[in-house]
Amino acid sequence: MSTTASAAALGPHRNRVVTFWQSTNGKKVVMAITGAMMFLFVVGHLLGNLQVFEGPEKINAYAHFLHSIGELLWIVRLALILAIILHITATVQLALRNKRARPIGYSRKEAINSSYASRTMYWSGPIVLAFIIFHLLQFTAGYIHPESRFIEGDVYHNLVSGFQVWWVSAWYIFAITLLGFHLRHGLWSMFQSVGIAHTRHTPMLKSAALLIAVAIVLGYISIPISILLGIVK
Amino acid sequence: MKLQLKIWRQRTSTDKGAFVSYTVNDVDPEMSMLECLDVLNETLIERGEEPVAFEHDCREGICGSCGFMINGVAHGPERATTVCQLTMRHFKDGQELVIEPWRARAFFPIKDLIVDRRAFDHIIEAGGYISVSTGQAPDGNAILVGKDIADQAMDAAACIGCGACVAACPNASAALFTGAKIAHLSVLPQGKPERDRRALAMVAQMNAEEFGNCTSIGECTGVCPKEIPLEVIATMNRDYLRASWTRREDQSETILPFTEWSTGSKLQSDPTSRD
Repeated sequence: MSTTASAAALGPHRNRVVTFWQSTNGKKVVMAITGAMMFLFVVGHLLGNLQVFEGPEKINAYAHFLHSIGELLWIVRLALILAIILHITATVQLALRNKRARPIGYSRKEAINSSYASRTMYWSGPIVLAFIIFHLLQFTAGYIHPESRFIEGDVYHNLVSGFQVWWVSAWYIFAITLLGFHLRHGLWSMFQSVGIAHTRHTPMLKSAALLIAVAIVLGYISIPISILLGIVK
Repeated sequence: MKLQLKIWRQRTSTDKGAFVSYTVNDVDPEMSMLECLDVLNETLIERGEEPVAFEHDCREGICGSCGFMINGVAHGPERATTVCQLTMRHFKDGQELVIEPWRARAFFPIKDLIVDRRAFDHIIEAGGYISVSTGQAPDGNAILVGKDIADQAMDAAACIGCGACVAACPNASAALFTGAKIAHLSVLPQGKPERDRRALAMVAQMNAEEFGNCTSIGECTGVCPKEIPLEVIATMNRDYLRASWTRREDQSETILPFTEWSTGSKLQSDPTSRD
């Protein structure tokens, strides 16, 4: 037996789910799938919100419809909460591992081949999370609703009066832009993590990720901008 | 031409280490980076000082021995070039070059610019092979391989294991290396029978060594002297994902990672001492 061949058996009957989760690759697969779930929500939420341009009746009816489906809404909410928890847990665990992997940093280090968005995922993620918490407290729970009264069920009123406060809109636009950065890298990177890549298709996927990210940012920020400009009131 | 070399000097693996600046006056633009260090070392030896230790072997960019950071970029500013192939004409007269070793926990320092890369050997040992019956050489065209598949395998097989990918990765991840070693076998018919086992074993070993994880940012492929594409990481992930859920045996063995530079006598051999 050579000096290097001292083997450490991981045990004969380890649960494959546990083994999968414990590998960095497995965690990235979980992050990809949970990221995709959250992306679907982001798209759905945008399509719902854009109904604000169709007037109070339309969006209030949509909100009422969502609340009327009761259990189904909670299944979706629980799935999203689970996705968020898994996504963040995996990120934190991997980030700690990465920090450990380079105990002594470089005195000088240049980035030559990576996008700004990809290098700042650790920043865009937590800021977007902070925004989501604020956003839920404002528009779902109604705890924070500066300069006007939150009316349960009157989504249109809450939305317009909420975004008329300039800093609410500014914070919203800032956070959504960061979400765009997060998606610009995450949308194609999730395919890489689950093992889908192709020399011809991946560049297209990257372009598509950029386009979708820009479209989502523009779609979302059109709402506070229209309200601030008085187009929607 | 004249160059200012700010080089990381570290006497032993446990030594703290620090940068030392050297002025090299007679640098020929046709010299390689390693030849420039040779010139510096000649003068250091003449002065009775310790020469700068760096790894090298073939000096034609195919062995994977050499490599260090030059001004924050692994293997220096030229793409698809190892430091032995990097000629000094790419630098300006009077320029300062900051030269430091690969930095990663899995690549612990040995001396100056030399780091221990046996973690890579462990990953190869875990599954970087195919099992064949020995005996007479097989017929050349017994197994047909399409040109596109052969090219894809060759692109991955071009990896020389220099470690630049780990060095350039902000997470010190060995995903590009492991991906290349998995992909160059798994896309070929000869590598198919052991595809699942290989992916599981090599990924398990990669994760047992103290590398970070892949965040798909692509710095690795940017500095790779062989321009290994990021696609090999996806191939690794795909093989690993499938193997994880289809394998029949649950046993996965890994080799204990090295944690210090030694001749082998101080190795841990107790499997229960992990973690």
